[in-house]
This record gives sequence, structure tokens and C-alpha cells, in this order.
Amino acid sequence: MNIRTVTAVSIALIGLAPIAWAGGPDDDELVINGDIEIVTETDAPAHLEELDTIYSGWRFRTDETQALQLDDFDNPGMIFVDQAMDSWGTVEGTEGKSCAACHGDDPAESMTGVRAVYPKWNEDAGEVRTLAMQINDCRQNQMGAEPYGYTSADMTAMEALISVQSRGMPVNVAIDGPAADTWEQGKEMYYTRYGQLELSCANCHEQNYGNYIRADHLSQGQINAFPTYRLKQAKLIQQHNRFQGCIRDTRAETFKPGSPEFVALELYVASRGNGLSVEGPSVRN
Amino acid sequence: MASGVKPRVKVPKTASAGEAITIKTLISHPMESGQRKDKDGNPIPRSIINRFTCDFNGENVIDITLEPAISTNPYFEFAATVPEAGEFKFTWYDDDGSVYEDAKPIEIG
Repeated sequence: MNIRTVTAVSIALIGLAPIAWAGGPDDDELVINGDIEIVTETDAPAHLEELDTIYSGWRFRTDETQALQLDDFDNPGMIFVDQAMDSWGTVEGTEGKSCAACHGDDPAESMTGVRAVYPKWNEDAGEVRTLAMQINDCRQNQMGAEPYGYTSADMTAMEALISVQSRGMPVNVAIDGPAADTWEQGKEMYYTRYGQLELSCANCHEQNYGNYIRADHLSQGQINAFPTYRLKQAKLIQQHNRFQGCIRDTRAETFKPGSPEFVALELYVASRGNGLSVEGPSVRN
Repeated sequence: MASGVKPRVKVPKTASAGEAITIKTLISHPMESGQRKDKDGNPIPRSIINRFTCDFNGENVIDITLEPAISTNPYFEFAATVPEAGEFKFTWYDDDGSVYEDAKPIEIG
């Protein structure tokens, strides 16, 4: 091999290197338990003009992490679904009621499809409510029980139990009508640069998904798969927890989980995933 | 004393005689290592599952010693040969003396 060939090979390798690193989503398909088909790639909703195709975060993870979600027995998030099933039937509070007292013993009968449409406008309260807010409304006003902490283990497990009933159904949050103002506020936040690093959600998750930010493979930041079991935290993580983590990483003061700002952001981010399947509890790194 | 401990196992319902099957087990357990301190600086006592065994019709299949570095909700996947119909018996031993058990029958078919 003469010098010229070596140079040619080096140039070819340099040319290939960016391709090898700019991973993008993979081509795997997600079918849970060999039964529930999950849409992990679909056309972006009409309001989302900057993207053509939306992908579930599952498509950006390694094969090993992806595999944990193929079978419920391997999915550590399902432990918390079991725990929440126990809470579902537990009587708490001054009214002597459990979740099951109103919603029936089997959450599959009353909770199917619920996760897919939250956050959702609540007419009586005159506000957009997340699933967690609705769970706490039930606990306080129907059961007379103490509310769960917004991102507490009990709350996240209960959300997982409710999510599981809608797995495979398309996310379909309403962004028009009375929810429009909140949605606009969330959209504004999504494109606002925060923190000392001056990063907006869009800088990473819209303009650079598929690329690496140090060792992390950036996804589109979809929340169709929450709550998610993060291997590095060894527990279920809620959307607002993740929002907080992202904003903290921009070196900004973050909003509180359950704050009106995060509720608006959740509505907007959820609407960017309209058409993807409800996936939670999912497994991520 | 660990709370919320719940064993789960997955064993095929049937196997052909002499077949090697895959068994998956998981027990929800905090696996507190004993190395951590609480916010007042006091050590949090160790509380782990220290042993796991699986038996088939009274014969031992696997016997595992667990150490404090094993993370929460320990999961085991292993293969076992099934010579005849019978029952797999699973036992987890907790530091606090608790013993958690589960059993799964398997048929030859």
C-alpha cells in the first residue's frame, strides 16, 4: 500500500465518521408482549410545521434498553403498576372510598383511553389539567384523602397504572377551544432559550435529535412514553421531573413540578406527539 | 424491614421432557446496601435479599448468594432442564429474616 492509497483510505474514513456518529432513530419496531403494536414513527401533526416525522424516544435507545420494553416481565416499570394496583383498591381518606369505589375494580374498564387525551381542559375548574392533577382532585375531593406529592412514587405509579390501560392507543390531546391559550403558552416556552447555556427545548429536540450531546443520543423529547423507568435512577420518572432535569441542565432556575408553566409545557409537548402510541411505563437509560 | 416486597416469576406452562427452559424471576426490594447515610449523617442499615434458590421437585436447580452491590429489584434469568412434570419452587431470603416464596407448576406436553 503506497502513501497515496493510505491517504485515500484516511479521507474515506474521515468522510464516513460523521455518518457513523449522527445516529438518528433506528429502524426497529416495537411490539409489546408480542401483542400490543406501538406506533413509534408517524407523520407530524399539522400544527408542527418544523418536523415531517415524529419518533418515540424508544427508537433512539440501544438495543439492550429497547429489549427491556418488549416483555412486561422484563420491564421494571411494571413493578410500579403492580404497586398502584394495590393502591387502587385501598380505601383512604374521610369518605371511606378507594379508586375502585367509583371507577370499578378493573381499571381496564374505566381508564382505557384516559392517558391518551391528557392534559385536558376541565370545564368545572376552568383550567387545563394533567393526569396527576386529576388524580389529586379525586383524592382530595372524592376520597377526602391527602394529595400525593406531584412527582412522588405513589403518584407516578398511579399514572403508570392508568397509562398501561391505553398502551397502543394514539396520543390525541386537544389544543383548540378553551385549551388554546395554555397551548400557546407552552409553545412559547418550548422555543424560549433558558439558563446560562441559553438553550431552548427546540435547540436539542427539534434541531438536533439523532445527534449526540456528549454521550447522550438526543431524541425528539416526546412524552408519549411517560412515566418512564430510567435505568440510571432505578425508578419511574414523570414528565415534569424530566422537564425539570432538562431546564436544570441549561443552568437555569427551574419551574416546580405541577406549576402552571409545566402544565402548559406538558400540553404543548404532548401535542407534538399526537399520533404516536401511548407507551408508558417505558424503559429509558 | 423492607416493605413492598413482591416476588414475580415467569415459567412456561409446558415443556417437552428433557427440554431446557428459560426461567425469569424478579423480586421488588430496595436492596439497601448499608453504605449510605441519611440526611442526618447516620448510616442506613443494610437490608438486602442475601440468598435466592430455585428447586424442582425437591432437587436444587440454582442457589445464589447476593451481595450489597446488587441494585434494587434483583432480576435473575436462568435455564433449567425439565425431566418430568412437577413444580418449581422459588425462595428469597431477606436480611431481616423474612422468607418470600413462590411456586410454578410445569407440565410435559
